[in-house]
Amino acid sequence: MNVFTQIRRNDQPIYLDYQATTPMDPRVLEAMMPYFTYKFGNPHSRSHSYGWEAEEGVEKARGQVAKLIGADEKEVIFTSGATESNNLAIRGVAEFYKDRRNHIVTTVTEHKCVLDTCRHLEQQGFEVTYLPVQKNGLIDLEVLRAAVTDKTVVVSIMAVNNEIGVIQPLAEIGKICREKKAFFHTDAAQAAGKIPLDVEAMNIDLMSISGHKIYGPKGIGALYVRRKPRIRLVPLIVGGGQERGFRSGTLPTPLCVGLGEAAEIALKEMDAEAKRLAKLQARMLNGLNAKLTDIHVNGDLEHRIPGNLNIGFAYVEGESLMMGIKGLSVSSGSACTSASLEPSYVLRALGVEEDMAHTSLRIGLGRFTTEQEVDTAVDELVRHVNKLRAMSPLWEMAQEGIDIKSIEWAAH
Amino acid sequence: MSAPAYLDQVYLDHNATSPLRPEAFDAMAEALRTGGNPSAVHGVGRRARSLVDKARRQVATLIGALPAEVIFTSGGTEANNMALAGSGRRRVLISSIEHESVQRAVPDADIVPVDGEGVLDLASLERQLAASDESALVSVMFANNETGVLQPIADVVRLARQAGALVHCDAVQGAGKAPVDLHGLGVDYLSLSAHKFGGPTGIGALVVGNGAPFASDRLGGGQEFNRRAGTENVAGIAGFAAAAAAAQDGLAVDRLRERLEASLLAIAPAARVFGAGARRLGNTTCISMPGVKAETQVMALDLAGVCVSAGAACSSGKVHRSAVLAAMGVEDAVAETAIRISCGWNTESDDIERLIAAWHDLYIRVVQSDIRQVRAA
Repeated sequence: MNVFTQIRRNDQPIYLDYQATTPMDPRVLEAMMPYFTYKFGNPHSRSHSYGWEAEEGVEKARGQVAKLIGADEKEVIFTSGATESNNLAIRGVAEFYKDRRNHIVTTVTEHKCVLDTCRHLEQQGFEVTYLPVQKNGLIDLEVLRAAVTDKTVVVSIMAVNNEIGVIQPLAEIGKICREKKAFFHTDAAQAAGKIPLDVEAMNIDLMSISGHKIYGPKGIGALYVRRKPRIRLVPLIVGGGQERGFRSGTLPTPLCVGLGEAAEIALKEMDAEAKRLAKLQARMLNGLNAKLTDIHVNGDLEHRIPGNLNIGFAYVEGESLMMGIKGLSVSSGSACTSASLEPSYVLRALGVEEDMAHTSLRIGLGRFTTEQEVDTAVDELVRHVNKLRAMSPLWEMAQEGIDIKSIEWAAH
Repeated sequence: MSAPAYLDQVYLDHNATSPLRPEAFDAMAEALRTGGNPSAVHGVGRRARSLVDKARRQVATLIGALPAEVIFTSGGTEANNMALAGSGRRRVLISSIEHESVQRAVPDADIVPVDGEGVLDLASLERQLAASDESALVSVMFANNETGVLQPIADVVRLARQAGALVHCDAVQGAGKAPVDLHGLGVDYLSLSAHKFGGPTGIGALVVGNGAPFASDRLGGGQEFNRRAGTENVAGIAGFAAAAAAAQDGLAVDRLRERLEASLLAIAPAARVFGAGARRLGNTTCISMPGVKAETQVMALDLAGVCVSAGAACSSGKVHRSAVLAAMGVEDAVAETAIRISCGWNTESDDIERLIAAWHDLYIRVVQSDIRQVRAA
């Protein structure tokens, strides 16, 4: 039985929101199936074969996740997702080591769950430095080096940004953290399985991983916690003492198995998939550039995962564009905050002006995106951008050579 | 997909985890087909959102709550942790038989004892509540995971209200097995876990009723009414809700249990059913086999194709002395011989007969070897 006879039915919109969530790979679902049905045991039950079998599934998955990031399987803890992993990593180390160190370094473009955790810790008396990013979305390593002190307990910098897909220089960050003896946590929700990650080579001490961003199930994630040298955490969830005491609660065996399988597939197919997606990304960008002027890619194009584009369409209101392109599922930013009309704080942090930030769309390409879908998406975007620009007085003025910024608007 | 030969095993460990109900499986398959992040504004996201909304109504119905009172979590442990951290009350009273996810979340809590049947001592609760003016939170489970003994929650709420205290009820072992009514009981916080009654693992809920104070520390994207951040486990939520709908009427296994206990006591009249004098969940039997260690029983029964447990399934698999039986005043030598047999939604009378036969064979074997040893001496 296969619940995915087809990834997308023809009457459904084209899915281009792979940074929000990904469809589950049918191979992942297949691996999970027995654990939903006849291998349903509680992996913590030690008294019968149902329990042992479930435990076997969980431990195999732990190894698969570890392999993806060059870790030892003992260093992988299952959580309910990357949000929990980020909460646990940052709060866990901060609270455990608070008597010795009380300073945290992060960046202004982190995911909301990292920023909110840092704000919470500030209220608890920790000091937090929010590093700016450069125009291309990458941090300045010298600014980082200057920010880390002998009071810094953890540096939390995401591997790949969820809105603009830029890849931070992890190995260099890890090196600085190691020199300064601060722990390095990276939110790799958007990076794991997409770019090579090696906790040893990159000196990463804590890493957050999400299942549903890598074609695995929702409700499962992992936190890598270095054992040599050992890192201690105050747990967020206490109880039965599962996951080496770092995270209590019955492990959801099918979800763990799904994450493991997704990690294995991602590792195996990473190179081929990256090449394929790079072609699709170029096809999309070239297609748009060939037919539209005044479009702008937000964030560095070179240091970027191939499955992401974030494009500002000048003189077009993002909301209207989103409403217009009904055949495409895209977003104006992160899914968590996409219901609000506030411009993206990530784009603002790059120095993108508010009006331009309002015109930007996040386009996520992934494992099941086809050339034909990209072509259709380009056509649809071009058609709607042109239509909206045709109605825009600003566009008309720009075509007449008037510098929009020079206009002094009358107050109402 | 072919099932392996051991499918003929009898599974009587539903309090550890219950197999997925077919309704839950179907609902999850539909949710997986739908895909999407419920926070996304496009059509795919909105469809995922509507699945979550529908599920929230179904889970609310199971326990007589309003949909907006239901916060989905990763399971019962997280729900318990969140309730105990989120009420804002520093003074906490818990029963002596709470699950570790309650005990370890409030290590400084006042412990309220239980009687020999495993029922909370209400007079003691009243005294302990009166011992301080500081407003408290009382946390008492709906039913115990090892004995199935039901706790007098309505009375707990009455006493707590008189003392201005809030009440949390860990209903992980009650919901879906017996009727649980949030507003009828009057509790402020209620914890649920899906996989204890045929939903999937990895999903549960904290229900905050009566407009009780609640501050969350699960920070991030603002999901679950800003009370529990993280992308919603849509398939898990859908499976949870479908299991809740299927379990609405609870379990009808009381008569199987009567048969089971009567038979085991007939085989070994000195065996003891713990909590037998109290109101219990209809699915749980905690029983001693005189002179036979629990580990021996569990292994022998497993070899005979019957899965039971020696207590709670948590932690690292070490066999601990049962804290629940100790709290009931059961002597160690007896507690060491207790196993837990828990039925569920797919338990049939044949399963019970298999257990009775296997338990009988083991007991006779041990008794006979004892007799031989006595004779040899």
